[in-house]
Amino acid sequence: MRCWDPRIEEMPKDELSKLQYRLLKTLIYRMYSFSDFYHVRMKEAGVHPDDIRTLADIRLLPFMYKSDLRDNYPDRIFCASRDELVRYHVSSGTTGKPTVVGYTQKDLDLWTTSLARALTSCGLGRGDVIQVSYGYGLFTGGLGLHYGAERIGATVLPTSVGNTERQIELMQDLKATAIACTPSYLIHLGEAAERMGISIQKDTHLRSAIIGAEPWSETMRTRIYETMGVRAYDIYGTSEISGPMFSECSEQKGIHIWGDIAYPEVIDPKTGEQLEAGEPGELVMTVLQKEALPMIRYRIGDLTRIIDETCACGRTHPRIERISGRVDDMLIIRGINVFPSAVEHAILGISELSGHFMIEVDRKGSLDAMLVRVEVVPEALSDKINDLINIKRKVEHVLKNALNVAVSVELSEPGSLPRFEGKAKRVIDRRVF
Amino acid sequence: MQGEFIIKQISVFSENKPGRLAAIAEALEKSSVNIFAFSIAEANSFGVVRALVDKPDIARSVLEKLGFAVQFTDVIAVRMKDEPGGLYETAKILGEAGINIEYAYAYSGKEAAVLILRVSQAGEAIARISAAGGSLLRESDLG
Repeated sequence: MRCWDPRIEEMPKDELSKLQYRLLKTLIYRMYSFSDFYHVRMKEAGVHPDDIRTLADIRLLPFMYKSDLRDNYPDRIFCASRDELVRYHVSSGTTGKPTVVGYTQKDLDLWTTSLARALTSCGLGRGDVIQVSYGYGLFTGGLGLHYGAERIGATVLPTSVGNTERQIELMQDLKATAIACTPSYLIHLGEAAERMGISIQKDTHLRSAIIGAEPWSETMRTRIYETMGVRAYDIYGTSEISGPMFSECSEQKGIHIWGDIAYPEVIDPKTGEQLEAGEPGELVMTVLQKEALPMIRYRIGDLTRIIDETCACGRTHPRIERISGRVDDMLIIRGINVFPSAVEHAILGISELSGHFMIEVDRKGSLDAMLVRVEVVPEALSDKINDLINIKRKVEHVLKNALNVAVSVELSEPGSLPRFEGKAKRVIDRRVF
Repeated sequence: MQGEFIIKQISVFSENKPGRLAAIAEALEKSSVNIFAFSIAEANSFGVVRALVDKPDIARSVLEKLGFAVQFTDVIAVRMKDEPGGLYETAKILGEAGINIEYAYAYSGKEAAVLILRVSQAGEAIARISAAGGSLLRESDLG
């Protein structure tokens, strides 16, 4: 099946815009009438629902932030009564207090529909065995993918996280054809299989991976395909908008954002101004039909750009590019925005390096100085100092081209840079402003 | 025949910061590895420590256990007259043969000064030096 819901997914763009306007207008009237929180916010911004006369007027509406959820912990900005709620998810709170998201039955249905479309667009369906190796529980990944996979008629193997050897055995025995997990877990699983003498490519039926919840790159996609024979698809979402919701289709050219479910915008993170399609900036998401916790112009903090052309797959809904970084990770070096993710991407493409790195930023006089420490793989080391200087120069050159700012590079001994389990902290900024 | 004059040098990649050389030297001392000759090449933040030792395999394994990246490199060692012109003799042979010296260092051996050479073509260098009457050391001659 090419589309889960062709009537919606291939809807002509003008019809989709009309539908989005209708949904937005309904949402705003409802929020103005029933959400004390958003009513106040609209009043403060001097906007009335009647001011929203076209879809483009969405730019008049005030933003919502992660801090709004934290400040109103646990459920003070919910728009549904407790007896309408059928589930809670709670985010891990790595960047502060945890946030709670509530769901009505309709919220869960829409989330599942969104994933049913996404998984179908990756070529999955009845007959597939999908191993869900995202955590089940408070985290949205496990249960979200679980219901999405069941909805399309696939068989779910709900392994959750951990116990990797058993996961590999079950993958073989039950002939899993796809896996949903984080990119780092997929790589870990591949390495563990290798140690067990099992080739994912030759000894299992695994052909696709739906991976997300962590930054990853095109280089990793290629590595995964070359080492495991698995096509990796990027999936996107965050608990505040329900969970993982959107993914790439089989074209793998951007993540489809279902227009009847969400309205994406990209803004300049500094001014808040909306940017044209194609311009890079901060993703802002309005979830159009959510009942329990509607999010309007929610500043997720992820950086991307919108692709507005109809995809080669025939789906008309807008796409976003792979997330290139986080607004809060952004460094400004001599006036230029630099994202650690861009450094990582560049470094992963250099075969002499291990892929581990650290960024150190200092201020020398009135100038910012950025230093990137990289590890050379033992095979690339040489007894000749010139060979090493050439590696250093090559890395400096690649980074300068990728970042548009000159950085100095230092080569570190193999294995000497910090390894991170979980959230990596690769930036040391010693500047005092 | 020429192979016996190839000597195994250990080359250790190290960051250029206090304590790294001490760490290397301490590890060698603890495993009773004797250093015959030794040099450091440095470039700002990192360097390569090169050494000829009596037990290269042991040296390599103890340093690798400490996390150092170690390689063996083929070098040759030439006896020089410890007098003016001694270095010139050897360098001239190689220069005329079009053999490039990647790097070199020297130590004062028991009988003569010894020049350690890392050259582009070790076999060719051995042949030319021998043909010109030069004297090369075997691994067992070190010390």
